[in-house]
Amino acid sequence: MWRYVIPVAVFAVLAVFLYRGLYLNPGYIPSPLVGKPAPEFSLPDLENLDRQVGSRDYEGQVALLNVWATWCVGCRQEHPFLVELARSSGVPIYGLNWKDDRDKALEWLDTLGDPYVASAFDVEGDVAIDWGVYGAPETFLIGRDGTILHKHIAPLTPEIWRRDFLPKIAEECGSLPCPLAEGEE
Amino acid sequence: MIPEFGHFALILALCLALAQAVLPLAGAARGNAHWMALARPAAAGQFVFCATAFAALAYAFLTDDFSVRFVALNSNTALPAFYKFAAVWGGHEGSLLFWSTVLAIWTLAVAWTGRAQPQEFSSRVLGVLGIVSAGVLLFTLLTSNPFDRLAAAPVDGNDLNPLLQDPAMVLHPPMLYIGYVGLAVPFAFAVAALLAGQLTKDWARWTRPWVSGPWIFLTLGIALGSWWAYYELGWGGWWFWDPVENASFMPWLVATALMHSLAVTERRGLFKSWTILLAIAAFSLSFLGTFLTRSGVLISVHAFAADPARGLFILMLLALISGGALALYAAKAKDLTADGGFRLLSRESFLLANNILLTIAAAAVLFGTIYPLFLDALGFGQISVGPPYFNTMFLVPMLPLAALLGIGMHAAWRNTPRHLLLDKLKWPAIFAAAAGVVVPWLVFGTTSVLTVLGIVIALWIVVTALIEPVRKLVGRGGAPLTRAQWGMFVAHLGVGLFILGATVTSAYDAELDHAATPGEQWEAGGYEFTFVGTRNVEGPNYTAVEGEFEVRRNGELVTVMRPQQRVYRVQQSPMTEAAIDAALHRDVFVALGQSLGGDAWSVRVRVKPLISLLWLGAVVMAFGGLLGVTDRRYRSQPAPRAERIEAEVPAAARPVEGS
Repeated sequence: MWRYVIPVAVFAVLAVFLYRGLYLNPGYIPSPLVGKPAPEFSLPDLENLDRQVGSRDYEGQVALLNVWATWCVGCRQEHPFLVELARSSGVPIYGLNWKDDRDKALEWLDTLGDPYVASAFDVEGDVAIDWGVYGAPETFLIGRDGTILHKHIAPLTPEIWRRDFLPKIAEECGSLPCPLAEGEE
Repeated sequence: MIPEFGHFALILALCLALAQAVLPLAGAARGNAHWMALARPAAAGQFVFCATAFAALAYAFLTDDFSVRFVALNSNTALPAFYKFAAVWGGHEGSLLFWSTVLAIWTLAVAWTGRAQPQEFSSRVLGVLGIVSAGVLLFTLLTSNPFDRLAAAPVDGNDLNPLLQDPAMVLHPPMLYIGYVGLAVPFAFAVAALLAGQLTKDWARWTRPWVSGPWIFLTLGIALGSWWAYYELGWGGWWFWDPVENASFMPWLVATALMHSLAVTERRGLFKSWTILLAIAAFSLSFLGTFLTRSGVLISVHAFAADPARGLFILMLLALISGGALALYAAKAKDLTADGGFRLLSRESFLLANNILLTIAAAAVLFGTIYPLFLDALGFGQISVGPPYFNTMFLVPMLPLAALLGIGMHAAWRNTPRHLLLDKLKWPAIFAAAAGVVVPWLVFGTTSVLTVLGIVIALWIVVTALIEPVRKLVGRGGAPLTRAQWGMFVAHLGVGLFILGATVTSAYDAELDHAATPGEQWEAGGYEFTFVGTRNVEGPNYTAVEGEFEVRRNGELVTVMRPQQRVYRVQQSPMTEAAIDAALHRDVFVALGQSLGGDAWSVRVRVKPLISLLWLGAVVMAFGGLLGVTDRRYRSQPAPRAERIEAEVPAAARPVEGS
């Protein structure tokens, strides 16, 4: 009676696939911008409106671009970690202050600390549209050749930093902290 | 000290489980009554030590003992005490301990009621349960010990996953686990029958409550999970065909099929090897569910634990338990012969159709769940199978099943005269068809083929399920219904209500995603919404932005809704806490999405008619199951001779037989 053997045979095939499945890399769907050149921009500096901040400032460097605003709860949550990163990681952090009130933003940096090399003041939100920002906070990791290496939506945490950002930075630079590209400084 | 005590209790539980696994089975094989007699005390002792270990872990949580790694990872001093207790099963290690404890409770119940059964049989059942228990306890102790200490205790813990900090989530996992684990009992009964090489009607009668019991918990657990996803994930959907959901749904489908095939096995001595196979499959699928959700093989919206080493251990356990049982089935199932035959128009035929269709549905869900894994393993790249596949593949067997259900309830065993069925069901059919076409058109103004089909079938089931109960309540129509028959009608009524809710809410929900600024007004699903504004709120362990929305209908204020966007302080993950105004005829759902800069927020509004029937239907189904389990004939053991003769009375004399 072979039909009684069918269930155990089906199970055996299933078990083999499940075993293979254990060692496969689970899939994830990357953001469409990842791997593409980062959009160029130039905006007034939040702290000194006469000066311009833009993609040229971090040209040839590995850098972070953090989209923030004072009205965003998640930004307040991640802020202490950004301050710590700025102190210890060696990766320059640029801010994109998005659709914000300048006075409130300056007060925020005064009271909570300023992790940013500079913050671009995007009051209209045009640059954010180019970058495909659809909520704050978002953090972009930009490579030395200006491509977006990674994009993280939601507050940055030490765990996410270690898991998603550090491996990509190490790959880009070879070692930490990331050396500046030739020709800079 | 207390955690070490718990750890020690867990080791003792493993020792007793091993004793319970080996000696009673060996005793039954060799006819040694002393060895068999060990099964019951071993089961009792195992329960005591599992419960002790569980209490020790709960104590560590309630006293904030962050030197225990599992507590430090899943709790926090600011966590409300209620959630501290629920956090015991909020992580991988603790949920395994909970699994073992629940199995110990089921085993104790089997040992207690098994005294009325032949010693050889109950020893085999307890022996098989011992194997399962030993495997899971070994897994817990070797790969996921909840009592592991940290070298240096942190000042405060990492907090419970914010997704789980919710009243429904406190109840959902225990319900599901009780159901999952309970299916080990019919599995053990099936293996015991295979070992004995014979399957009697008594066997089927002993087994039935042990299928219905876990089934009740699974039904409620799945409904709670769906409800939780509906309001906590903030998407407004209630079923996502997510691997974790499928993992709980597949055992439910197979357990449902098993309940029905057991009815035939008990009454007619048919479908024997099929019943055995379903019992093995139901538990194997719940074990597979554990594998899928615990191994990281499949990525899911709510994957909570993922680790390949643990996955390998569970897979080996699955191979041992399910593979072993199926190999035994291959060797012994041919000995289980049927006792008789049946005609086309009989309850047996309808239950056979039920089994085939439910099995097809379960297979379709299983295939869709692991298909991406197959493709990836064969090197075809990564894909994901979405709701369109599942909705189609699930509806194809479900529609005929639901339509046949209405007739099947009224078919008699062996053979049913056609004119009796026709007389009884003519008017319900006409009513359901007419109402299904006209009512949605009158109420909502539009309709579609699939919607009409769904509503007609739902009404058909509701009406046919009510015929007999109503006749009995108004004092017409012969012998009173047994409690099991009441259970059958009530459970099927629940199915009808569920289908009605699912159809109407899918066809007529109003959705609107809106970028709103304070003061703005808009309309959706017959309601006017006004966005009043947002403010900051401080919770015990989170910070939130709370939106305020006024909801009006025809200018009159219905309710004020306050959805939140929370950020939990320790894990810093953002969470959507939707606001829902629930009523029997509709839910209004408002969720606050991303901030869009300035005062603007993305707002998600849903108006969902009859969605309450989804959960109500599930509760009614579970209640029907409860009525069935508490039927007299499962308590009086063995069945009095008279009752069994009565069960064989030809169909025409008893148009309504319990299932």
